[in-house]
Amino acid sequence: MADAHPAAVRPSAATKASRKSKFETRLRRFGVLFALPWIVGLLLFNLYPLVASLYYSFTNYSILEPAEWVGLDNYRMLLEDGTFRISLYNTLYFTLFFVPLSIVIGVGIALVLNLKIRGQSIYRTLFFIPSLVPPVATTIIWLWLLNPQFGLVNYWLEKVGIPGPAWLGSEAWSKPSLVLMSLWGIGQSIVIYLAGLQDVPQDYYDAAEVDGAGPLLRMWHITLPLITPVIFFNLIMGMIGALQNFTLPYTLTNGKGSPANSMMFLVMYLYINGFGYLKMGYASAMAWVLFLIVITLTAILFATQKRWVFYQGKE
Amino acid sequence: MTNAGKIGRPLGRALAHIFLIGVGAFFMSPFLWMVSTSLKADDELFLWPPKWIPSTILWSNYPDAIEYIPFFTYLGNSLLIALLATAGVLVSCPIVGYSLARIPWRGSKALFAATLAVMMIPGQVTMIPIFITFKHLGWVNTSIPLWLPAFFGAPFYIFLLRQFFMGLPKELEDAARIDGAGEFRIYAGIMLPLCRPALLTVALFQFMGSWTDYQGPLIYLSEESQYTMMLGVAAFRLQHGAEWQMMMATLVMITVPVILLYFFVQKAFIRGITFTGIK
Repeated sequence: MADAHPAAVRPSAATKASRKSKFETRLRRFGVLFALPWIVGLLLFNLYPLVASLYYSFTNYSILEPAEWVGLDNYRMLLEDGTFRISLYNTLYFTLFFVPLSIVIGVGIALVLNLKIRGQSIYRTLFFIPSLVPPVATTIIWLWLLNPQFGLVNYWLEKVGIPGPAWLGSEAWSKPSLVLMSLWGIGQSIVIYLAGLQDVPQDYYDAAEVDGAGPLLRMWHITLPLITPVIFFNLIMGMIGALQNFTLPYTLTNGKGSPANSMMFLVMYLYINGFGYLKMGYASAMAWVLFLIVITLTAILFATQKRWVFYQGKE
Repeated sequence: MTNAGKIGRPLGRALAHIFLIGVGAFFMSPFLWMVSTSLKADDELFLWPPKWIPSTILWSNYPDAIEYIPFFTYLGNSLLIALLATAGVLVSCPIVGYSLARIPWRGSKALFAATLAVMMIPGQVTMIPIFITFKHLGWVNTSIPLWLPAFFGAPFYIFLLRQFFMGLPKELEDAARIDGAGEFRIYAGIMLPLCRPALLTVALFQFMGSWTDYQGPLIYLSEESQYTMMLGVAAFRLQHGAEWQMMMATLVMITVPVILLYFFVQKAFIRGITFTGIK
């Protein structure tokens, strides 16, 4: 404004304006300066590696020798690699069972906790504690619990007259075992659902009660729709996490994926190729396949969002 | 009338308790079984039916487990990495979050968008080039790659802190500026202390993340003297897989401190987790 008609502006206002713009320039400089660590971090630890890994995925690269361009060969090899196909199947199997189960069980427990019964915070702590146990510790605890001969789980099964399976030693039961021990650690999402439930405005329930809706109807028509954004968030995060499943199966099987590759997962196979055989190009191609799966599934979920996720209008 | 979900009938209440106790048993029994096993003599490990309370409580399994593995070496390595990484994110993330939330500068919106976007990238995509870079720098087989990146910011914490700074009133800086405070003093002296709860949350997340991390140390550390607790425990299982009482004693020692920490800063834990989930 001051530039448009400088003659009409009083001198004091002009100096004020220039002082103001000087201040803004200085402030802007501080803005960049403060953000500098992350600007460097973004370039160095995120954008550069992203581009580099895409490049490596088109090369043969063992670190020891310079990368050699091979075009789409790595991706073509992936299509024919039986172990890769199994690892992809196992990863999707695990995701497909673990994520929906964790949501149903998590929401179910949170709904009961939300009944405001006595001891709510004690129960919440009980469910939360296992999620603080490091994954490596989780694997060892469950190896012991699921021990086919001396494990507590098979003892309990025997007590009710069911012969316990070999769990992690059996091709058919190894992945269900993994789902089971992963479900043990869903305490964090229970806490998130509970917080979501406590955010549901009381008026809605009061209005529904006046209209004669019973507890179950209220749950189905008010509570559940209103926490769909939280469920959606957990669905996305749970899916991304499940697709990257690594520590549990790796430590359980010492990186072998046994029995018979039934515990070989995508990220595990990637790790074995990259850091075991130094096939960095091949491993990078796998990382990009994983990335594309994550993007595709996330996009699909976002596309379905309109049909079942209800966001409350913000005033 | 106080709450919608309230079950008036005592029967419903009893059913809810029965359900929660049942599910609670599923969540707690592995944990209690770990503690029970850690106090057993080795001839009671494989009893059938299993025994919950050992006939003699063998506290000596704990000092024995510490002797069995280089416990304090692992502990020291883990703590060093976790503390440095925590210090790293506490130095780098709040100031970036503050810049994105409170200072108008060209490109800050683009930087924020990029911050959100990179959260989507799976770690495995960037892992290999980062490893190769550290390899060229000669830092593989040191703990540097496990904490140095923290000093350059982490997108999720930057996002979290930015949201927090956005909620603080604008008058705070204006008043300080009129008093002639410099920009850095406004940030460090006024704004930073106000976001103490958010800082505690970030510190907790990073500490837990570094403490329980397995994949990172697995990639970068190959000598036993550098092993973190998680690498050490996993290796211990492979060498002495049948000595469950020793392993369980070790596991109790690495999980119970974290659980105690939870009880001390429970509010920060819950706030952090719910914040990530719904806001």
